[in-house]
Amino acid sequence: MSRADVTAGAGAPAAPEETGQEPGQGSGPRPVRLAWTLGLFRSELSVTFRRWRTLALLAVLAAVPVLVGIAVKIETSDGGSIGGGGPEGGGGPAFIAQVTNNGLFLVFTALAATLPFFLPMAIGVVAGDAIAGEASAGTLRYLLVAPAGRTRLLLAKYVTTLTFCLVATLVVAASALAVGALLFPLGEVTTISGTRIGFGEGLLRALLIALVVAASLIGVAALGLFVSTLTSSGIAAMATTVGLLITVQIVDQIPQLHAVHPYLFSHYWLSFADLMRDPVYWDDLVKNLGLQALYAGVFGSAAWARFGAKDIAT
Amino acid sequence: MAPYEPEQDTNEADELSAGRRKAARYVVPLAVAGVAAATIGLVPALATSGDPDLPDVTAQELIEKIAASDTEQLSGTVKISTDLGLPSFGSGMTGGFAPGAGAGGAGEDGGEGGKGGSAADPSAKLMELASGTHTLRVAADGPDKQKLSVLDDAAEYSLIHNGDDVWAYDSASNEAYHSKDAGKGDKHGKQHDREGAKDLGKEVPSTPKEFAEQALKAADKSATSVKVDGSAQVAGRDAYRLVLKPKESGSTVGQITIAVDAKTGTPLKFTLSPAGGGSAVVDAGFTKVDFGKPAASTFDFRPPKGTKVTEEGDANGRHGKDGMGGRDLKGMEDGGLNVIGDGWTSIAELKTPGGQGLPTSGSGSDSGDVPPEAEKFLNSLGDQVKGDFGSGTVFKTRLINALVTDDGKVYVGAVTKDALVKAANAAH
Repeated sequence: MSRADVTAGAGAPAAPEETGQEPGQGSGPRPVRLAWTLGLFRSELSVTFRRWRTLALLAVLAAVPVLVGIAVKIETSDGGSIGGGGPEGGGGPAFIAQVTNNGLFLVFTALAATLPFFLPMAIGVVAGDAIAGEASAGTLRYLLVAPAGRTRLLLAKYVTTLTFCLVATLVVAASALAVGALLFPLGEVTTISGTRIGFGEGLLRALLIALVVAASLIGVAALGLFVSTLTSSGIAAMATTVGLLITVQIVDQIPQLHAVHPYLFSHYWLSFADLMRDPVYWDDLVKNLGLQALYAGVFGSAAWARFGAKDIAT
Repeated sequence: MAPYEPEQDTNEADELSAGRRKAARYVVPLAVAGVAAATIGLVPALATSGDPDLPDVTAQELIEKIAASDTEQLSGTVKISTDLGLPSFGSGMTGGFAPGAGAGGAGEDGGEGGKGGSAADPSAKLMELASGTHTLRVAADGPDKQKLSVLDDAAEYSLIHNGDDVWAYDSASNEAYHSKDAGKGDKHGKQHDREGAKDLGKEVPSTPKEFAEQALKAADKSATSVKVDGSAQVAGRDAYRLVLKPKESGSTVGQITIAVDAKTGTPLKFTLSPAGGGSAVVDAGFTKVDFGKPAASTFDFRPPKGTKVTEEGDANGRHGKDGMGGRDLKGMEDGGLNVIGDGWTSIAELKTPGGQGLPTSGSGSDSGDVPPEAEKFLNSLGDQVKGDFGSGTVFKTRLINALVTDDGKVYVGAVTKDALVKAANAAH
């Protein structure tokens, strides 16, 4: 977003509060500005996380690993293995076959199960609500009365959404780890390459995977924020974001459209599993992070372009 | 200033310039997208620019260099794309043909096709490599320790050879396959032991080195034009390009290009182009390679608790019962495999056990079991041909063609349809 700020200075010199973070151009001294930004961010954060809607979303996310864990436990209670046998390796999300041996794998299974839909949907709700929700509630103009500037408000909203991405992912991972530890044995981890790593390193990789999954949602968050600046209806923004999410996932499944697949934000999502290889296979992980950064750059600046020039009537 | 109005100072600027400024803001996202697109387009082009300058070698020296190459320690990533032009209807058919494709000649080792049993069974899994694009990881440390992994989505299939043990581990189904006596496989030769994972690892070429060895073996020196065609960069290393071309007509192989590492003599990339033109049939090359010693833990596999392990003996017991198309081809080899000609245009002549009809890969051995609909379907896949030998059906892929005569003979080879008919006529 700093790029956006710099370009704002060049492209719209008549908007002094946008370039306020650059020394010498702001109307107040820098520390005050910074405090404002932090304060704005903190108030956004508390507003977001105190909403019942947000808490309900997090509760749903935390329930997914519980369901998966109990289902696996029941299915394997007679000593059988889950999804074993067929050459396809059974259905279900990735890593599910290993859950019975090691509860830590429930973290990976839960993330693989929630990443395609539950997590991005929750992000879509929060991101779509960010600007449009304020507009439809009529509170956007009051937010703008505070001398924070639109760019900084947008930035605070985006950082709040990203924080939600991280929190949501960690909620899934923590819930899965707790359920996995309760229902299944823990211990030495066998990577999918067949080598063994200690439980400590396994935990570290689980944390790394959670961070990568959270980073995989950066693109959706930026897209949702952009959609949110287009409309004054919170519901419409959320529905559009979730609709786009589903459309992109469907397009990603159509083999005839393989030419566009590498540019879809969801294409490399499952690459987080590459962290469980030994040695780690970085190629797709790097592609995923690069793609997310690209989406953040394009749609973040598009949101800035739209929001900065928009007439706020409500 | 009223903060809930647009940030442009509309009091002083006129409406037109305000509109222009509004539009100017959208230049930023467009510029970001443009820069990204340019980077994506330009970086690969810049990365591959320029072939390395290497001292000249003759083709003979280069082949000797490959033979003398004693690379024992290596790890790397291999990308393999196979496009036989087959419709993807199960592993039975592709399984039957693919190893022959790798050998660049007769389907001598055609046959460990799809069979029932463990998901971790090496033969079935490695046959998947016969179509599409796959990423593989290889690691080797001397003759006793090798590992080959097929990278799937969120799963991996590993074939690990460590001393006397051969393990295959399929992480998607959490199943393992174990065989103990890999070293004896060659002595026992024929039947079950040939299916030991080690042999399979060798017989089904998957690394550029194995492809290159197969190709050089298959290439009859006198019938092949071999030359060194400049240099290339493969996986960040300087390499010579060795080009093999069949001299005689009738082969479907256009040319084979092998990139040979200039320092170690290790083949780094193998490309087989069909005579008919178009994209390569087989393209296997390292994208990353390291000639250092891989970590010992790489080859250390113990099946995790709860993993279903299939021992080699168990698996063979099952194969006896429900072995499928591939096994039948195997039976045929024992019965009556006859190689006509040699070098590039060699054709394998097989007799189907039942004495007639089409070997419907994937179903039972007797063609009498094939329902008429299936027969019709199979016929529709091939071209009907007639000759002195009678009549038959030619099944075509981009590399391997097969002629199945109505009196139950099969001619398979990397040769054109005409060459197959000629061979059948001559054999008649």
